[in-house]
Amino acid sequence: MATYLEFIQQNEERDGVRFSWNVWPSSRLEATRMVVPLACLLTPLKERLDLPPVQYEPVLCSRPTCKAVLSPLCQVDYRAKLWACNFCFQRNQFPPAYAGISEVNQPAELMPQFSTIEYIVQRGPQTPLIFLYVVDTCLEEEDLQALKESLQMSLSLLPADALVGLITFGRMVQVHELSCEGISKSYVFRGTKDLTAKQIQDMLGLSRPAVPIQQGRPLQTPEQPVISSRFLQPVHKIDMNLTDLLGELQRDPWPVTQGKRPLRSTGVALSIAVGLLEGTFPNTGARIMLFTGGPPTQGPGMVVGDELKTPIRSWHDIEKDNARFMKKATKHYETLANRTAANGHCIDIYACALDQTGLLEMKCCANLTGGHMVMGDSFNTSLFKQTFQRVFNKGFNGEFRMAFGASLDVKELGIGGTSQWKICSLDPSTTLAIYFEVVNQHNAPIPQGGRGAVQFVTQYQHSSTQKRIRVTTIARNWADAQSQLQHIEAAFDQEAAAVLMARLGVYRAESEEGPDVLRWLDRQLIRLCQKFGQYNKDDPNSFRLSESFSLYPQFMFHLRRSPFLQVFNNSPDESSYYRHHFARQDLTQSLIMIQPILYAYSFHGPPEPVLLDSSSILPDRILLMDTFFQIVIYLGETIAQWQKAGYQDMPEYENFKHLLQAPLDDAQEILQTRFPMPRYIHTEHGGSQARFLLSKVNPSQTHNNLYAWGQESGAPILTDDVSLQVFMDHLKKLAVSSAS
Amino acid sequence: HYPHPQNSNHKLLSTVDNVCLGSPFHCLTDINFVFYSTLKPSLQILMWYDRSNRGSEPFVTGVRGQVPPLVTTNFLVKDQGNASPRYIRCTSYNIPCTSDMAKQSQVPLAAVIKPLATLPPEETLPYLVDHGESGPVRCNRCKAYMCPFMQFIEGGRRFQCCFCSCVTEVPPHYFQHLDHTGKRVDFYDRPELSLGSYEFLATVDYCKNNKFPSPPAFIFMIDVSYNAVKSGLVRLICEELKSLLDYLPREGNMEESAIRVGFVTYNKVLHFYNVKSSLAQPQMMVVSDVADMFVPLLDGFLVNVNESRTVIASLLDQIPEMFADTRETETVFAPVIQAGLEALKAAECSGKLFIFHTSLPIAEAPGKLKNRDDKKLINTDKEKTLFQPQTSFYNNLAKDCVAQGCCVDLFLFPNQYLDVATLGVVTYQTGGSIYKYAYFQVRTDQDRFLNDLRRDVQKEVGFDAVMRVRTSTGIRATDFFGAFYMSNTTDVEMAGLDCDKTITVEFKHDDKLSEDSGALLQCALLYTSCAGQRRLRIHNLSLNCCTQLADLYRNCETDTLINYLAKYAYRGVLNSPVKTVRDALINQCAQILACYRKNCASPSSAGQLILPECMKLLPVYLNCVLKSDVLQPGPEVTTDDRAYIRQLVTSMDVAETNVFFYPRLLPLVTDVDSDSLPAAIRNSEERLSKGDIYLLENGLNIFVWVGVNVQQGLIQNLFGVSSFSQISSDLSTLPVLENPFSKKVRSIVDMLQVQRSRYMKLIIVKQEDKLEMLFKHFLVEDKSLSGGASYVDFLCHMHKEIRQLLS
Repeated sequence: MATYLEFIQQNEERDGVRFSWNVWPSSRLEATRMVVPLACLLTPLKERLDLPPVQYEPVLCSRPTCKAVLSPLCQVDYRAKLWACNFCFQRNQFPPAYAGISEVNQPAELMPQFSTIEYIVQRGPQTPLIFLYVVDTCLEEEDLQALKESLQMSLSLLPADALVGLITFGRMVQVHELSCEGISKSYVFRGTKDLTAKQIQDMLGLSRPAVPIQQGRPLQTPEQPVISSRFLQPVHKIDMNLTDLLGELQRDPWPVTQGKRPLRSTGVALSIAVGLLEGTFPNTGARIMLFTGGPPTQGPGMVVGDELKTPIRSWHDIEKDNARFMKKATKHYETLANRTAANGHCIDIYACALDQTGLLEMKCCANLTGGHMVMGDSFNTSLFKQTFQRVFNKGFNGEFRMAFGASLDVKELGIGGTSQWKICSLDPSTTLAIYFEVVNQHNAPIPQGGRGAVQFVTQYQHSSTQKRIRVTTIARNWADAQSQLQHIEAAFDQEAAAVLMARLGVYRAESEEGPDVLRWLDRQLIRLCQKFGQYNKDDPNSFRLSESFSLYPQFMFHLRRSPFLQVFNNSPDESSYYRHHFARQDLTQSLIMIQPILYAYSFHGPPEPVLLDSSSILPDRILLMDTFFQIVIYLGETIAQWQKAGYQDMPEYENFKHLLQAPLDDAQEILQTRFPMPRYIHTEHGGSQARFLLSKVNPSQTHNNLYAWGQESGAPILTDDVSLQVFMDHLKKLAVSSAS
Repeated sequence: HYPHPQNSNHKLLSTVDNVCLGSPFHCLTDINFVFYSTLKPSLQILMWYDRSNRGSEPFVTGVRGQVPPLVTTNFLVKDQGNASPRYIRCTSYNIPCTSDMAKQSQVPLAAVIKPLATLPPEETLPYLVDHGESGPVRCNRCKAYMCPFMQFIEGGRRFQCCFCSCVTEVPPHYFQHLDHTGKRVDFYDRPELSLGSYEFLATVDYCKNNKFPSPPAFIFMIDVSYNAVKSGLVRLICEELKSLLDYLPREGNMEESAIRVGFVTYNKVLHFYNVKSSLAQPQMMVVSDVADMFVPLLDGFLVNVNESRTVIASLLDQIPEMFADTRETETVFAPVIQAGLEALKAAECSGKLFIFHTSLPIAEAPGKLKNRDDKKLINTDKEKTLFQPQTSFYNNLAKDCVAQGCCVDLFLFPNQYLDVATLGVVTYQTGGSIYKYAYFQVRTDQDRFLNDLRRDVQKEVGFDAVMRVRTSTGIRATDFFGAFYMSNTTDVEMAGLDCDKTITVEFKHDDKLSEDSGALLQCALLYTSCAGQRRLRIHNLSLNCCTQLADLYRNCETDTLINYLAKYAYRGVLNSPVKTVRDALINQCAQILACYRKNCASPSSAGQLILPECMKLLPVYLNCVLKSDVLQPGPEVTTDDRAYIRQLVTSMDVAETNVFFYPRLLPLVTDVDSDSLPAAIRNSEERLSKGDIYLLENGLNIFVWVGVNVQQGLIQNLFGVSSFSQISSDLSTLPVLENPFSKKVRSIVDMLQVQRSRYMKLIIVKQEDKLEMLFKHFLVEDKSLSGGASYVDFLCHMHKEIRQLLS
């Protein structure tokens, strides 16, 4: 058997699944003793070039409470044309279409390599995709211009039959009618008044008058598409019209007096967008794309008043319970997000402003609906422009890499019942963390040698408007934790575990306060080390961890310092933004976020990954750091001097020119693929932007111990944070301590 | 000099002066009827007399207490210190010195004031006086404005107020020496010292929020519900506005009007239009939140016509198209006014809303109304509710409108009841006008509507106006009638005031008056002109005072009296049963006449009906008021008509009430060559000859009555058809035919139309045709179908009442 490392990798590639434990403890008590919960990271729509979808319906277990999908794990009786559900053991007849089935003539879903399979099903009418732009007009002239251009450009990227709509807002909220010729028409709403969905639909003329049913008269076919088409129109029909409309968009005309913020009715605008889609296209793939350039300043969902002298809430205010509008605003957006999710729609937030825009309050809109959250300084930056363009990136088939209105079913054997989640929007990298509970009691463990199975059923609307179902069925061995602990230990996936723990930690941080989370995280780490470490009691030096655990404490060290758990130096909006992305990226990206990658470029050899440590910062090196959100290129002291001297322009130093260019090329490559676009920082030794690097590296050398080390390697960091070495020493001490 | 009525030619009027009847009152037989009918005073003769005697020379206002010529007389006015009768007319120009005397006579003391009246081109407009930053000179105590009656004393260093006698320092910049008669040397250079009417330029102290006002705005708000679109109304309005917008009122010498315009259309929701000049196409903004009205845009809603000409034209072209297929039948109303009000608030200016509305607002919104028309209520105690608004919502809205200077003009096009009593509240209280076109059809009604609209848009108008009437010690203004709002007992507030609006003010004694000093009125109107200039218009009038009742009765003006009495009665129906109001009117007139009989007439037998010279026509006019649609509706008169007329009369001037209550009946088959109007005849069927054609006008309608035996040639000449039976009675204009008779009649019609503030509806009535009933309603000397008394019967009745009072 291949190593677990290979097994894990193969599984991830095939099924998009990574479990914290690849051998499962067989009872609830044992599972809790493992410290790291039994959980998995699932990328439901992982791109599989080698997986052509099949064009028929999946075969379901006939037991109404089960309805599991036929999979390679099922027992099949080819003669009797029966199959046994591996979840509920119900024996099922194959449908008539499977009459020709035999050992040599198997349908794809029974073949082991199709543990993940995708079905295209024909159910209900196909509805077009819907994109509803919700645009803030309280922007600076050039910002608005840039945004308008981006929006106009986006029209050409949409599928021709997709429906688009436009809502603009400032002091008022305008819903634009797109079908009219000549006079452009919009419905205007007060930005201070929250309206119910029914009111909004009435006011937009979307609610059909109740037609009394008359006998002897055939019922008229509902004309809903006709009605709603006033606001949502196929791109191909109105792109000229809409391009002009966007072109004519003016800044919010209401005067803003000195010392005031513009009145921005984001809360009502979103509410109207949600109400509009709710009334017209429930349960179809729709994106509400909010573009905002500042905080909501009036009406429901306001985050800050319009007086400039009162700044927007900071973490300090929140801790002091001084954020006046936060609770009410959060509630408003949560209600909206829940309604949106119930309708199967999603909300994207593109917030571009130098100050905060209220992402903290609005984050649930994106988080609960699977929408994007993008934060930038201005709409007139390549960061926004390219990120936005990337939203509409086409896959290898010329299809959008986005899916809508997905629902995920998880079926497991021996553990809990079925669970369902609704994810309104998915993209190929969206990764969910699913935490399992082993329900068997300690005295009735799963019998030895058994295999646990989990089936993930993801139903979604593909961007080609097809309805699709992706089924992933996986199985893992059960093991008794007492007698087979080494098996379980060896099957530990420390990378997945780190990300899964981090996600739990972030979840806790969102609901609890910061220091408590760190303490909880530390305690979990100590318990894990106690359980799986090899040591003599009270002898820190004897402490060893096996290979499958060796990196885990380091991940935790960096996680503790990460912006996902530390709010110091971050605004509430930034924290919300970082956490939002952390909760949806796949394992590799998540690990980068926890522990940024550092590459070194020098004349001493080819580029190499180096330790994320202050000792890696050397004068004759160029460093490239990728934190997911930032790409930092840092020129060491000597390199920077050379560059200033202009060596790169001299033909005889062409190799220096190449050295300078190499990290730029690598950074470009990352920039090309990453969503959202990272902030690109080019700095050098002593540069102010170097702080991005210095704040991430392990402070092995600080102003406190610099002279103790007494050597010229690396750069000292001005911090009181503990270094990894100190952290490890403490960990060892605590893990081996008999007192705990 | 001219003959005064009291010295008038007795020979001519001997048949009508002091009507004497010998027979006892208890047997009103046919013989009596003949007596009354031959002797009843004729207003036509009186008018003719006044016209021929007083129309030739200008009326010079220098003398105190002069009775001006009748309103039916054409005359010029020369201002020599008192306001022209075009601005102010009084019920009496000689006021009893004591309140006892006034009570005894029961003659109401009232002035009918039309502050912005249009003057004939021969007369000069009030001069505009600019006192710079210090503003007009005023009495320290009562705040009366400098006027010709102020007495300068101490060599001109101080002046004594003619109203309150308080002595005020003359400001240094205003000082001037006095001549030997005590007049200031600059007397003739200063309008405020030598004229009865003039204007002051107001300083910033006279402005709202201590800020000079911005130019006003006109907002056109068009109902685009099914009825309005289908009848062609929307298209008609839009077409007309395209050219009409070039004729917005402007200040004398300005090249273009300062007034900005805005456009709203509505049915159940409101559509605002952005017509900013920089736009290629207008933009429509729909507000459906009618429960909580707001203005969705600021910039681009109110625009200068010249700058946004193409965008506006494009909008007006597109509005009829956009709503051509509408199926929306419901409308809102209050939110429309709110929208206009909010727009003016946002633009920080005053202005006028022109609302074109078709139906009862039953859509869900504030101010929603229900159909509560109930003819069964007529002649019951609840009849008054038909005149009252059904909700107080509109009263509050009106108050807000007045505060902003938002005047509302209402053009109504109902096909059924739409509750004018309620819809008109805001119009009425903001000084606006209501125009009503029942069963509107483009073909027949477009001329009338478009002429009304043109005149309404073009006419001189002031905004955000406050009027205060000051009086000299002894009397004070106690009651006001007209289209306005009052938040206290003295200030008459009008969001808008146009040249046709009239306010009737009643005075009461609060002290004795002296014959020497007489009584003074000063009407000061603070308003914003159409160019946004804040001004004060001052009208002064001096009256005589008398200790003899005979002097009072000699200086009365019946037309003005009727104006007051009608307004008083029309207000009364809001609170009392109509019968009570009618009885009170009869009673008051009987008392007036009985008092005269008792105190002024030479002793004679009780069987004689003796009328004062100036009040000879009081009975006939009073009978007309009593028979009017409001006080005694005929079966064909709708509730809306009554509410409409009630409001209309309330802001009428004396000339309008005169012809409204006693219509003018002109025989058309007369000397074709004469330029002037034919002489009017009595409004009685017995005066109509079957072989003649007559014209009757009352300020709202023109009837052309054609007798069955009219010569075929005349019919051919006038109607272009060969026989009586071929005359179509649904003509709304007379055909244009090239013959002297047709020309003559049409020129008469045109002449009459020009005289009136509203374009009159032309109705052709053929004798013995269905429509004749309607026409006969206006033959006011005859018994009316709804039970109104004939002139003769009423005269008998009055005589009986007077004799009862005397015995």
